[in-house]
Amino acid sequence: MDKTLNSKTKTLLSIACIAAFLVFVYIGDNTIPPGSSWKMMITVIEKGSIFALVAASMNLLNGFTGLFSLGQAGFMLIGAYTYAIFTIPGKSHDAVYQYFDGGLIKWSIVEILEGKLGVLGHYIGMFIPMIGAGLIVALIAFLIGIPVLRLKSDYLAIATLGFAEILRAFFQWNTLGPITNGSNVLRKYTTYGNAIFPVIIAGICIAIIMLLINSTYGRAFRAIRDDEIAAEAMGVNLFKHKEMSFVISSFFAGISGALLAMFQTTINATPFNTVMTYEILLIVVIGGIGSITGSIIGAFLFTAASEWWLRGLDAGRWLGISSSLMRPGFRKVVFAVLIMLIVLFYAQGIMGSREFSWDRFIAWWKNLPSNLKSWPERHKAKATARKEARATKAAAKAKAKAAKEEGEAKKASGEKLFTPLPTSNEVMVFGKEGK
Amino acid sequence: MGFLHTWLPYILAGIAVGGQYALIAIGYTMVYGILRLINFAHGDVFMWSGLIMVYLITVLPLWVSVILVILFAIILGTTIEKVAYRPLRTAPRMSIMISAIGVSYLLQNFALYITGGLTKTYPTIAWLQKTVTIGTATTKMVTVITPILTIVLVALLVLLIQKTKIGMAMRAVSRDFETSSLMGIDINRVITVTFVIGCGLAAIGSVLYFSNYTGIQPMSGAMPGLKAFVAAVFGGIGSVPGAVVGAFVIGVAENLIKGAGWTTFSDAFTFVLLIVILMVKPTGLFGEKNIDKV
Repeated sequence: MDKTLNSKTKTLLSIACIAAFLVFVYIGDNTIPPGSSWKMMITVIEKGSIFALVAASMNLLNGFTGLFSLGQAGFMLIGAYTYAIFTIPGKSHDAVYQYFDGGLIKWSIVEILEGKLGVLGHYIGMFIPMIGAGLIVALIAFLIGIPVLRLKSDYLAIATLGFAEILRAFFQWNTLGPITNGSNVLRKYTTYGNAIFPVIIAGICIAIIMLLINSTYGRAFRAIRDDEIAAEAMGVNLFKHKEMSFVISSFFAGISGALLAMFQTTINATPFNTVMTYEILLIVVIGGIGSITGSIIGAFLFTAASEWWLRGLDAGRWLGISSSLMRPGFRKVVFAVLIMLIVLFYAQGIMGSREFSWDRFIAWWKNLPSNLKSWPERHKAKATARKEARATKAAAKAKAKAAKEEGEAKKASGEKLFTPLPTSNEVMVFGKEGK
Repeated sequence: MGFLHTWLPYILAGIAVGGQYALIAIGYTMVYGILRLINFAHGDVFMWSGLIMVYLITVLPLWVSVILVILFAIILGTTIEKVAYRPLRTAPRMSIMISAIGVSYLLQNFALYITGGLTKTYPTIAWLQKTVTIGTATTKMVTVITPILTIVLVALLVLLIQKTKIGMAMRAVSRDFETSSLMGIDINRVITVTFVIGCGLAAIGSVLYFSNYTGIQPMSGAMPGLKAFVAAVFGGIGSVPGAVVGAFVIGVAENLIKGAGWTTFSDAFTFVLLIVILMVKPTGLFGEKNIDKV
């Protein structure tokens, strides 16, 4: 691949793209009227960036450290609750915690700081519980990690899945009601005003994850993924690095949980179940295990498809086709089939284990017309190759069948199938020939 | 006597639920023993057989529908194996696991579509609902039938594994996949038989399990599935008697916790048990020692 741009231009281009995107989101959220179908796009961007963050954090664990963990939904749950509990305004407590005498915590960090610092205090008051959510999740992950990370692949998956379920039960426990509101929803907590907020926060967090992956720690993580024993021999402390990856991944899952709480405006522990973890995992798979940019693209595609593009499948009319098959729930079926197809036939995902680069993008763009033109030929070549492979396989099968029949016939006629091996010294099993 | 009087109903219910978990757990343990794959879709096959029963019973007599449900589960299970697991047999283990998760997601969403998200009422099977009195406790027939049926089926299965040719092939494949294929064992056939047995038993389990509950919905299979998997791990994954013992332990413990008024934590207990067993004895109660080859 030839270098097309120098690195300074590439950095400028990236910054320009990000700035343009942010401006677009900010203006879009302010100007598009709520009833418009394009409003959906802003919702997709909000939710997509939140899921991009949690997918990137899961990718750090599953794709870069090789730890198959399925606890992400549980960590998001803690993050969401921590944020919500500390930002419900004092006067709303009686309404929210109506079954628990107004709850235990009667203040909100946002309100306290707003009273002292004004608008600045409002934002600081939102950041502190958000970072706090991440830190609490990280602490819990640290404790969970000590026993769990000693387990191997699928046992680790089940144990983390189990912990996520335990956390969910814990948050719905009535005795903790004065804090978590039991199995009732938490609402009326402080949320963000513009869609640009989750995009910026998720962007900063993903940038930090990227920096981490390209650091020496990131290289140690990848060494563990590729070969634990070799990594240990090279002086990588296995447990320390696994624990580190687990804690950092959980920290960002906690932050994305807090963002999700803000996005939804009400939260409840029930939807943070295994299905949610599966969805995050499928985002990672669609984008490519081991590619952060892949996870971002995957998250936006996943949210756009499930929330926006395929909506018509539920309503009975989609792309001008209407059918009685299309009733509520059909969208999810089509979607699940698409995901299965990706998993089976396109296992490396959109980006594989590569990251986005301007060089590759420009090369791809330049070659696109010729690639499109040669597509029928390549397709034909592939089809012939497949046909040939099938023919060879059939021939081999026929040959095996004939040999078997011959053997059966010989057996029936009483002939010995195996001639005893000669016992002379000339038979060499693993030696050199032509001595 | 007072102690037994209070706790007997819970213990009986626990044994019944344990038997139902055992029937699901066998599918997990056998598939894991042979393919080294957690078949995440197994719980959803279980849920689907319950759902099919709801639809079949409206037009067919009971015994026909039970047989058809078992057949359906077997066909569904083997199809999943052929379509989703077989093409990935040489792929890394993580991809097969992801494929299993994808199948589970698909089955749940398809059930959501078919049922329209509504809870379907499971048919009442009069014979299973008959009241029986054991000692001081009054319970339903299904509570008595389940453990007996479970034990009989498991005994038959153990006989099959120990005495028949296909059982021998299964043991060989679970010991060493590649060597047994070199020895002329038709691996695909062995795996298909494994799925047939696992899904058939799960279908029988579903008839017993859901007759204890009024309704069935798309997520009904997830929790029993996970619990049955934990049971399989507890007993030592790959071991059939181990899975059964594990299932009974989980069933009884869960109902005792419910009896003590800790219903919120009855599900969580299962996972605590899983984590404890993985910490203390990762090979489970009856599991074979696994030597990591370098």
